[in-house]
Amino acid sequence: MTNRELTVLAYELREKTVDVITGAKAGHIGGDMSVMDILVMLYFRHMNISPKNMNDPDRDRFVLSKGHSVESYYTVLAEKGFFDYETYRDSFSRYGSEFIGHPHNTIPGVEMNSGSLGHGLPVCVGMALAGKMDEAPYRVYTVMGDGELAEGSVWEGVMAAGHYRLDNLCAVVDRNGLQISGATEDVMSQEPLRTRFESFGWHVVDCAGNDMDALDAAFTEAKAEKGQPTVVIAHTVKGCGSPVMENRAPWHHKVPNAEETTQIKHDLEEKKEVVKHA
Amino acid sequence: MHKLPELKTTGNRIPNRQAICDTLMTAAYQDRSVIALCSDSRGSASMTPFFSACPGQSVEVGIAEQNLVSISAGLAKCGKRPYTFSPACFLSTRSYEQAKIDCAYSDTNVKLIGISGGVSYGALGMSHHSAQDIAVMSAIPNMRVYLPSDRHQTKKLIEALLKDEKCAYVRVGRNPVEDIYSEENCPFEMDRAVILADDDNYDAAIIACGEMVRPAVEAARQLKADGISAAVVDMFCVKPIDREAVLTVTSQAKLLVTVEEHSPFGGLGSMVSQIVAAVCPKRVINLALPDAPVITGSSKEVFDTYGLNAEGIAGTVKRFLK
Repeated sequence: MTNRELTVLAYELREKTVDVITGAKAGHIGGDMSVMDILVMLYFRHMNISPKNMNDPDRDRFVLSKGHSVESYYTVLAEKGFFDYETYRDSFSRYGSEFIGHPHNTIPGVEMNSGSLGHGLPVCVGMALAGKMDEAPYRVYTVMGDGELAEGSVWEGVMAAGHYRLDNLCAVVDRNGLQISGATEDVMSQEPLRTRFESFGWHVVDCAGNDMDALDAAFTEAKAEKGQPTVVIAHTVKGCGSPVMENRAPWHHKVPNAEETTQIKHDLEEKKEVVKHA
Repeated sequence: MHKLPELKTTGNRIPNRQAICDTLMTAAYQDRSVIALCSDSRGSASMTPFFSACPGQSVEVGIAEQNLVSISAGLAKCGKRPYTFSPACFLSTRSYEQAKIDCAYSDTNVKLIGISGGVSYGALGMSHHSAQDIAVMSAIPNMRVYLPSDRHQTKKLIEALLKDEKCAYVRVGRNPVEDIYSEENCPFEMDRAVILADDDNYDAAIIACGEMVRPAVEAARQLKADGISAAVVDMFCVKPIDREAVLTVTSQAKLLVTVEEHSPFGGLGSMVSQIVAAVCPKRVINLALPDAPVITGSSKEVFDTYGLNAEGIAGTVKRFLK
């Protein structure tokens, strides 16, 4: 698939994610929309992960550290063929469902349970260390939120990854600039984020996080980097795809009403068509 | 049921943590997936020999217990068999959420080894005591909790843990422990308590775990000299607790006494009382540390203060049997 086709796919998967959230009347829609391009680029271009190789010790590893974006994550996994989308959509967050509101590794394709922030990167340090010990070819990826970076455990992991020069590790920050209470810089400032990572011995790539060409280049650069881990600071838009939600903190976990849903899906469809025919 | 062991002062007194290191080194030579992790604690853990002998299977994470446990989970998820050492006080509370989510909830094969458990650090104070670890670790679904009593049982326990794929928390003390068992005579079955009694008609049963088992056996010997028959239950498997063993001694004994180096809440005493109360009510006396910062002193001085010694246990049995 070309980057343009992946962009179209990301819009389609956003629409499907909206259907999951409106059906369940639950979800974290803002981050789902901002992270979608990152997940699509990783799963459909850069990561060696599929339903066929989940028992292969050399498969790449992925941990969604910002576990509250589970709706977009599961929609991507369904598209990859790990499980049936309709089953997921119709049971997500319902009584007794396997599809609970955060990633759970009884679901095919999920390596680790997450939900509490600040766990994914340290876990991935362990996975990357194991890869180094075994001289295995796999790479390890995690996606964190930017608000998540206030967790001290993130920086314990950052420190260890730099110390052990884990160049098989790539962290992504979904830098949409908003968290539940407002702007990250007002709640607990993250800047200068690049300098912070660099000071721990990381290679840093800043890129437009809702742009497939930019993401493609960033992950390609990360793979080429030797001797240190890479963080891709993906500058995204929270609620990306519809002006109803974009850059509005309350859409962190707001469930759209019928009117909003119609508008959001209209906006996503329109953007998809523009890309298709550009 | 096994005979109450003859207790000897062997002179060969090594801490249980050293037995863990010895057992793991033997395993690590054969199995490259056995990994040891420390948080600037390899000396305290008696793991310096392992780190020297197996540098490729050793991971130092620095003073960062959360990271220690998460990294262990990541290693386990990629086929390693991590043994994760840190003082029990920090491991069970500072990294509690990592134990809950990355180990138990994600079902990774991480063996958490809490060293210098209970009041091992003595006068260093409450920051360094782990009197809550049994309660908090036992409350996590899918987490097992073990407190081995002496070096021989510790070796058997670690050998058993090396064969399984589930996470567990093991607490050992800092100080050398006098033997209860011997190399030739160390009855061990995973998750089955060891019942020690000289005859079937005992009046009291003392249920103990970890380093409280030795004084429990000493107490039983003292009681025997005074004409009172007492069984000792070595409940090294606090979770999953050996319910059958508890019921066996409850059906026979008139009195049960639990002994643990732990808070009076949520530990061995609570668990035993819960079982006994539901099935066949008999008097259960819980001996434990107080619900307060303990008196300043060595662990022995602390035990003596709160009656967690042979005399205290025997005295409790006598008092409540009347």
